[in-house]
Amino acid sequence: MTADIQHAPATRSYRDYAQPAWRRLLFTREAAIIALLAIVYVVAAVSVRNFAAPITITYLLLDVATILLIALPMTLIIITGEIDLSVASVVGLSSVTLGTLHQAGMPIEAAGAVAILVGAVAGAVNGFFITVVGLPSLAVTIGTLALFRGLAVGLLGTTAVTDFTEFWTDLAKSKIPGTPIPSVMVLFVVLAIVFAVLLHLTPFGRGVYAIGLASEAARFSGVRVERTKFILFVLSGAVSALAGIYYTLRFGSARGDNATGLELSVIAAVLLGGVSIFGGRGNILGVIAGVLLIGILGSALRLANVTSDVINIITGALLVASVVSTSVLAWIHRKRIGAGIKKGPPAPAQD
Amino acid sequence: MTFSTKRVGALAALAVSVALVATGCAASDGGDGGSGGGDGGNLAITFLPKNLGNPYFDTSDAGGKAAIEEFGGTYAEVGPTEAAPDAQVSFINTLTQQGVGGIVVSANDPEAICDALNEARDNGIKVVTFDSDTNADCRDLFINQATADGIAKVEVDEIAKQIGNAGQIAILSASANATNQNAWIETMKTYLASDYPDIELVDVVYGDDDDQTSFDKTAALLQTYPELKGIISPTTVGIAAAARYLSTSAFKGKVALTGLGTPNQMRDYVEDGTVTSFALWNPGDLGYLAAYAAKALIEGDITGAEGDTFDAGKLGSYTVGADGAVLLGDPYVFDKDNIGDFDF
Repeated sequence: MTADIQHAPATRSYRDYAQPAWRRLLFTREAAIIALLAIVYVVAAVSVRNFAAPITITYLLLDVATILLIALPMTLIIITGEIDLSVASVVGLSSVTLGTLHQAGMPIEAAGAVAILVGAVAGAVNGFFITVVGLPSLAVTIGTLALFRGLAVGLLGTTAVTDFTEFWTDLAKSKIPGTPIPSVMVLFVVLAIVFAVLLHLTPFGRGVYAIGLASEAARFSGVRVERTKFILFVLSGAVSALAGIYYTLRFGSARGDNATGLELSVIAAVLLGGVSIFGGRGNILGVIAGVLLIGILGSALRLANVTSDVINIITGALLVASVVSTSVLAWIHRKRIGAGIKKGPPAPAQD
Repeated sequence: MTFSTKRVGALAALAVSVALVATGCAASDGGDGGSGGGDGGNLAITFLPKNLGNPYFDTSDAGGKAAIEEFGGTYAEVGPTEAAPDAQVSFINTLTQQGVGGIVVSANDPEAICDALNEARDNGIKVVTFDSDTNADCRDLFINQATADGIAKVEVDEIAKQIGNAGQIAILSASANATNQNAWIETMKTYLASDYPDIELVDVVYGDDDDQTSFDKTAALLQTYPELKGIISPTTVGIAAAARYLSTSAFKGKVALTGLGTPNQMRDYVEDGTVTSFALWNPGDLGYLAAYAAKALIEGDITGAEGDTFDAGKLGSYTVGADGAVLLGDPYVFDKDNIGDFDF
């Protein structure tokens, strides 16, 4: 037995890791998305009137900031093989919480803290049903999608709260002095670094990948599967609530139906960014590029007077193409490994 | 992962780029017209409805297009596919960047698009709202489709005409706490008392803007008041449900029905004689007036101040009222003769 283990690494060659590190990094799916992002930007800047202006960046980032924020925890959740469809409803719930508390006289800071707490509790509700009761996340979060939205609309009815402290609404729309970058990006970059470190550089993050690749194997290797998932859903709720606060302040309007349908934009961007819907694969950088790609494409096409139906068609086709290409590539990859190494290790499950 | 990933990525990039270049080129032709302007200012006017594919806004925007073609401007229509509160913001930002002359918008949310509209106005774009207003400080003019007085008066006049100025009538409203409907009903009561003393309002019932409830309430009204001669339903759900009940009952043609409805809902009942006439505003005229208002602002004829007067083509001359609002006029009465002209 011991002899085998010592013997095996010497003869086996993993094709994936046979090449130098820079080549492995260069030819990844994430690199392809980033390259695509750069190409689309350059082409749009050259061919679409008004696109090259710095204000495009400002509008674009203000628009996608909500999606960028929610995509961070969503990436980790999808990598574990789960999904959270209730995020947009948590945005609505957080928006209404902020609005009603502020209307009742609470300052924005305190109302915002309560809203984030409400979001975390909402995430904990999801986490409880998924990890303690053991229900599938798809079913649970479809239910809470309706539940949280219902609570949000029920609390505020069809009215809206609009009288927010000007300091905060101005801050939500402000730019970093001297740049076209909105200030909210500072918040995003901090959170992105936190989530990237959590996912890529900690044992917790390795556990996230392990759960996605093989939940049972991860459990037997000592990963606390339930605890990890529970934490991720609470994080998702809290970050969605934070995004809801930004959303509310940016538009200066707290409504129960704020951000309806946003969950699909978030999931689409995460998948486009190279995260496998089956779990176990993906990284933060690719997801950020995915969100920006959809944003830039929409922005350029709108400036080119393309109607929103056509923009939806193009975005949808891009998403399908990206998912299909991954499957085709995985198939080719398996064939090549099969041909190259007769008794090699089984190819890792790809999407 | 390997070489082929890169190749597929590159192919996808190429495809997207080609699509973008193609649309970009096509668009720059349209853009020229937009920035071209003319002597009297930049008459590129873009309509931004609550959402696309909505027959009501198709009608209003067609009215706007007709007006813009009359005065030689450039018409465009953009909008989101869903009427979400924030969905119009990115379109307004885009129009600001493109530097159009005027934006005519029906707001999904009175507050959410305010900053974007004010940014557009800071860049010299004139903003006209129609159908649904924003806060008054975010736009230059609001084209108001109807007032409470106008709606109440036209409905009472129509029912009086149909029942011969005398007899019992009832009102089938939306919900008991619907702000608009309650205001209209109060005005109707006053107007009935002063102008039609022989008409008796026997009851106000509430169908909650639910089709089945409104249907049942209509049946109950006719049971309770056998002498009833007419029903007013100042809500589009109520009038359609009441018409459906009447059309299949013995009361068809004997009990008059009028109120606020849309031509597509009411067409069958007008054609089969259940309903003689009903009222609403004409969205085509609303869009037409909004386009002329934008033109007057762009050319500097008016600033949007109270008392400003401008010309609106076939509709005649209009005066800006308080808070920068322009009233389209009395509600439009639809009957057998004109209903065929409308599709919304």
